[in-house]
Amino acid sequence: MKAPATPLLSIEDLSLVFRTRHGTVRALENVDLTVERGEIVGVVGESGSGKSVMAYAALGLQDAAAQVLGGRILFEGLDMLAAAPDVLAATRGREIAMIFQSPRTALNPIRKVGHQIADVLLEHTAVRRSDLRQRAIEALARVRIPDPERRYEAYPFELSGGMCQRVMIAMALACSPSLLIADEPTTGLDVTTQAVIMDLVREMSREARMSTLLITHDLGLAGEYCDRIAVMHAGHIVEVAPTVELLQRPAHPYTRQLLASTPTPRSSIDQLVSIPGQLPDLRSDLPACRFSARCERHVSACDERPLPWTVISPQHAVRCRVPL
Amino acid sequence: MNTPRLEARALAKRYPVGNRRKGAMLHAVDDVDLVIQAGESVGLVGESGCGKSTLARLLARLIDPTSGTIFLDGEDTTALSQAAFVASPDRARIQVVFQDPTESLNPSFRVFRSIADPITRLLSIRDPAELSDRVHRAADLVGLPRELIQRYPHQLSGGQRARVGIARAIAVEPSLLILDEPTSALDVSVQAVILRLLADLRERLGMSYLFVSHDLNVVRLLCSRIVVMYLGRVVEVAPTEQLFTAPRHPYTQALVAAIPDPARRDEKRPRLDGSPRSPVDPDPDTCRFFGRCPIGTERCTQSAPTLEPVGDEHFAACHFTTVVSTERGDP
Repeated sequence: MKAPATPLLSIEDLSLVFRTRHGTVRALENVDLTVERGEIVGVVGESGSGKSVMAYAALGLQDAAAQVLGGRILFEGLDMLAAAPDVLAATRGREIAMIFQSPRTALNPIRKVGHQIADVLLEHTAVRRSDLRQRAIEALARVRIPDPERRYEAYPFELSGGMCQRVMIAMALACSPSLLIADEPTTGLDVTTQAVIMDLVREMSREARMSTLLITHDLGLAGEYCDRIAVMHAGHIVEVAPTVELLQRPAHPYTRQLLASTPTPRSSIDQLVSIPGQLPDLRSDLPACRFSARCERHVSACDERPLPWTVISPQHAVRCRVPL
Repeated sequence: MNTPRLEARALAKRYPVGNRRKGAMLHAVDDVDLVIQAGESVGLVGESGCGKSTLARLLARLIDPTSGTIFLDGEDTTALSQAAFVASPDRARIQVVFQDPTESLNPSFRVFRSIADPITRLLSIRDPAELSDRVHRAADLVGLPRELIQRYPHQLSGGQRARVGIARAIAVEPSLLILDEPTSALDVSVQAVILRLLADLRERLGMSYLFVSHDLNVVRLLCSRIVVMYLGRVVEVAPTEQLFTAPRHPYTQALVAAIPDPARRDEKRPRLDGSPRSPVDPDPDTCRFFGRCPIGTERCTQSAPTLEPVGDEHFAACHFTTVVSTERGDP
């Protein structure tokens, strides 16, 4: 069991919509999630489930069309949705760092990678200008970039995708943040590179007691690296549990089906099941449980609001009235 | 011995790069031999830039090889240039399902026209009744509802577009289907449907598959044999289960060890670091994997290993396959 101390990050009852020309998109509804110190938490869901929207909101970054209907996001007691822009700017980069899906587009293409790391150090830490280069090279060495002195001088296009992602991680870790948000950090990378990058993220989390929020569509990846996993479906977190428990005893019908549709190193084609139906249109009038139209366990009580959390075990909760 | 459905011999594709006067060549595919039997599904895996897509395009006759021969049901297809092959009746015998169904469908064609186009071109069927019949049959085979046939691609979901891509390819009744990462743009729940559909179609239509993918868990589900490429060369060929349980080439071992697996979350597994060597004018006497290989010795720079049998139906290109097999599993 975790100590009852306050979590590093807590998202409480967050509801967020996007106002668009084609209607109001109910992107997040009553989302709850905590991240403890030193913990790696995975957020898993299919495209359009709202996982990235939630990650950006945790940084206090919302689209101009976004409107928060209710809830809070507390990072070390700071309300990320209400804090002044300068406070947020000081927190981001230093306390909370983010790595993005396509490292090559997230890096400045016409600035040497060493300088980009130095920029972050200069902005957020009390480093002497004379030490700047050395500190940036150390940051590159920490993520095991071979020959960091030479790579300091490289432009992003001169590096491979895996190398660029390491530069991103070096940049993210340069200020020793307490929370790392990784949004699909290995999508588009080769599986061998993915393994090296994820080992690195895990090692940094363990060593520096850094917390990590890993956003991914890959249940296998989350299953290997996360302590706890939250499953998202259509703007709801439908289940949260310690990894092994979630994989072995999923309680939400959606989690079970997601697991059954994910190929593993042991499954056969006959065991692979698909999830009937598709994600509901988030602009329409949505039922209390957004999975109900696709669910074989649906009963009339499922349509009553509010949809409660059912506690399965101290760390395992599910938003379903008829859990497995 | 039955005549294989497809056989490639000493296939190579090189592209000129950089300063033309220096004549530097990028060896995208280098001296590849490959056999696909009738009704067989072969997986082709490797990292980005290893040449697997180039090889798939060569076999599909979308590009001409620099050298080498491709036999289709015993006939040499490379006797015709790619441009001439497009007009030959053999074109219908090999079809390709492309990676991104959104990118590979003409956005201004309705579904009907996308599927009908290859039927008119390759089978010269112009009778409207027969054409319509063929399109509907293809749509039925892939489980595409008939009411969607008059829609445009943007009016379809990702899974429906993937079905159109497959229907278009099978409408001309090919004997070999080349699938280039057919599910990588799809969510897992949709991917599961498409994979089952592909397994079912193969059984019903008796096609052979060449399945190109970077996702070993997906390849494993559909293929009985797997070909592993590294930097333009085939480094290992093995029956699927054997490749996963007893890989012999150090690259394959790293590849298999890198598959995320919650069941092995606390195991320390061998990792492959570093970057591949340059594919531009590689030293013919050095193993392509040298420098990144955990075993590599001086011998690997004196002669490049070739594919040798290491077991039943199992081939690997490494000087140290015996050493490797005993050390397997140790980090």
